[in-house]
Amino acid sequence: MAEATLIQAVNMALARAMELDARVLVLGEDVGVNGGVFRATEGLSKRFGPSRVFDTPLAELLIAGMSVGLAAEGFRPVAEIQFTGFIYPTIDQIVNHAARLRSRTRGRLTCPMVLRSPCGGGVHAPEHHSESPEAMFAHIPGLRVVIPSSPSQAYGLLLAAIADPDPVIFLEPTRLYRAFREEVADDGVALPLDSCFALREGSDLTFVTWGAMTREVLTAADKLAEDGVGAAVIDVATLKPLDMPTILASVEKTGRCVIVHEAPLTAGFGAEIAARLAEQALTSLLAPVQRVAGYDTVMPLPRLEQLYMPSKERILAAARRTLAFA
Amino acid sequence: MHYVTRLPHARRNTYMQNNEGGAVQTIARFEIVYRQFLDKEGRVVADLPAFARDPKALLPVYRAMVQTRVFDTKAIALQRTGRLGTYPPCIGQEAIGAGVASAMQPDDVLFPTYREQPAQFWRGVKPLEILLYWGGDERGSDFAGPRRDFPICVPVATQAPHAVGVALAMKLKGEPRAAVCMIGDGGTSKGDFYEAANLAGVMRLPVLFVVTNNQWAISVPRRAQSAAETLAQKAIAAGFPGEQVDGNDVIAVVDAVQRALERARASGGATLIEALTYRLGDHTTVDDAKRYREDAEVSQHWESEPIARLRKYLTAAGVWSKEDEERLLADCTAEITAAVDQYLAMAPQPPAAIFDYLYATLPAELAEQRRHAMEGTNSDG
Repeated sequence: MAEATLIQAVNMALARAMELDARVLVLGEDVGVNGGVFRATEGLSKRFGPSRVFDTPLAELLIAGMSVGLAAEGFRPVAEIQFTGFIYPTIDQIVNHAARLRSRTRGRLTCPMVLRSPCGGGVHAPEHHSESPEAMFAHIPGLRVVIPSSPSQAYGLLLAAIADPDPVIFLEPTRLYRAFREEVADDGVALPLDSCFALREGSDLTFVTWGAMTREVLTAADKLAEDGVGAAVIDVATLKPLDMPTILASVEKTGRCVIVHEAPLTAGFGAEIAARLAEQALTSLLAPVQRVAGYDTVMPLPRLEQLYMPSKERILAAARRTLAFA
Repeated sequence: MHYVTRLPHARRNTYMQNNEGGAVQTIARFEIVYRQFLDKEGRVVADLPAFARDPKALLPVYRAMVQTRVFDTKAIALQRTGRLGTYPPCIGQEAIGAGVASAMQPDDVLFPTYREQPAQFWRGVKPLEILLYWGGDERGSDFAGPRRDFPICVPVATQAPHAVGVALAMKLKGEPRAAVCMIGDGGTSKGDFYEAANLAGVMRLPVLFVVTNNQWAISVPRRAQSAAETLAQKAIAAGFPGEQVDGNDVIAVVDAVQRALERARASGGATLIEALTYRLGDHTTVDDAKRYREDAEVSQHWESEPIARLRKYLTAAGVWSKEDEERLLADCTAEITAAVDQYLAMAPQPPAAIFDYLYATLPAELAEQRRHAMEGTNSDG
């Protein structure tokens, strides 16, 4: 077993999926000879040939739309959108077609495609390269929305996404691409979709988060532990469909919940989780649910982006607000 | 072959000519051909292609056109009496759909707009299914006949990227099939169309774009849609041939489509056919075309409509009589009436159907919503 970064784990998963299933195709901008701007597809073109790994014209709407056609004809397209800032032209195809093809044809045609895209800020990228649009996709019936938070998770969840018979939006936190390495077994074993991951147990407080924010939250949980506070950390991983039972079980035990995400606060996916806690766990709550999120501002350019990103301090402050309720 | 070659503006403009002492050269030229065999009186104006030399060979396509006209009339009446939802008739455009579909193979894939009744009927979509769709029932898109054909596409031009995706799949599998993407004049204004056409050219895909230029995108006329002299020339920029046909002359439509599909199957790549016609009816049953176009214009176009034209030709050729016509109308009416009866008698889908086709396996949280919906249904009655 070798150590891998998250981007290497994505590459390993793509290679393994292509090896296991001849229907899997990789397409997008610069994914061929260049191996992707982040190198997610490095070596795939050489190994699997240009008919399975190919560059498309520079047209995101097309990448999503042609994937619908490829999927309907029996392929398993895994399409890359270079940055989530460029993903918006795909929305029409995702909403009106990919997510509803099965339903509108009553199962006659289906759309097993994956749309991968690096998401989020914190890497001093240019404008339009740091967005977090997961809540927009999570609002679309018929989709799955998945965000891994570690190399081994990226490997297992991407394999699961590619094998899934329905469309999956797979958002990869850019900030984690090369942030750390961990052991990743290239064994072709998928992780379960539609399930949260309990990253840490705790009986005083439940953090609910996903993507790059899991790193900040785990650091905050370490700090709380020094103060004798046991914080559970739940990594949602699959936002849609949401594994609410796992979140509920933890919050019913701790009575306190802090939801952390990088996307803007208003109508962010944290609002959905908070609403469900209000509906389903009110009597277990010892304190109001807190949300720590990006501000409702345009994603700042790099000089100010740290101000925007939820910091360990903001997360700890929210945790302490909940702990102040005895 | 009877072609009129139209020279698009660029070629005629003097600034394109080499008149600056050799510093400026013309580096590209193109032309767009126009194909027509029958004039509006049904007279043969050019040597007929092989498939049309026996006039009897045109009878199936004539029947398909008439079937659609009868269906349209019935569907409009159903809408007017509250038994069908909004419906887009294709009156005046029947030669295009019937002609295109009759030149396709069963394992080709059709990408319809919402006004392709004759093409869909020819390919085996049932009148009942079209009624169900416009009557508000998803089962209308679960075609019993052409299982790989895409469903009716309402968001304009969004089917074009699917067509090139399917064409690429055919090419990757090495299958001699083709994708046929129907689109309207308005549809060619959308990025979806340009992006799809661009890929078709770059990857030399087995795809045919048929642009039904019926002169109107709801209330916006063709001239307000594009300053290009023809819509066919949009193919030139994408690197594959485009041509015009008289879309009210089914022989021209079939001839052009046959050539394009042969090319596609022989790895020759994409083609665009701009079929000139006129939308004689309203955009849909909730549109009133009198608000934006003159009756006189519509009346004038009734003189070149495709069904009367082909009937004149078949009659003159001695293969069609008044009795044949009466029998055909009676047959079509009986068939459509039976479909309408079946449609009106069909029970709605069970309420659970709104959940049951969203995913291959219903996720747990949706199973919960499904249970709630079922309880509500039960307690309500």
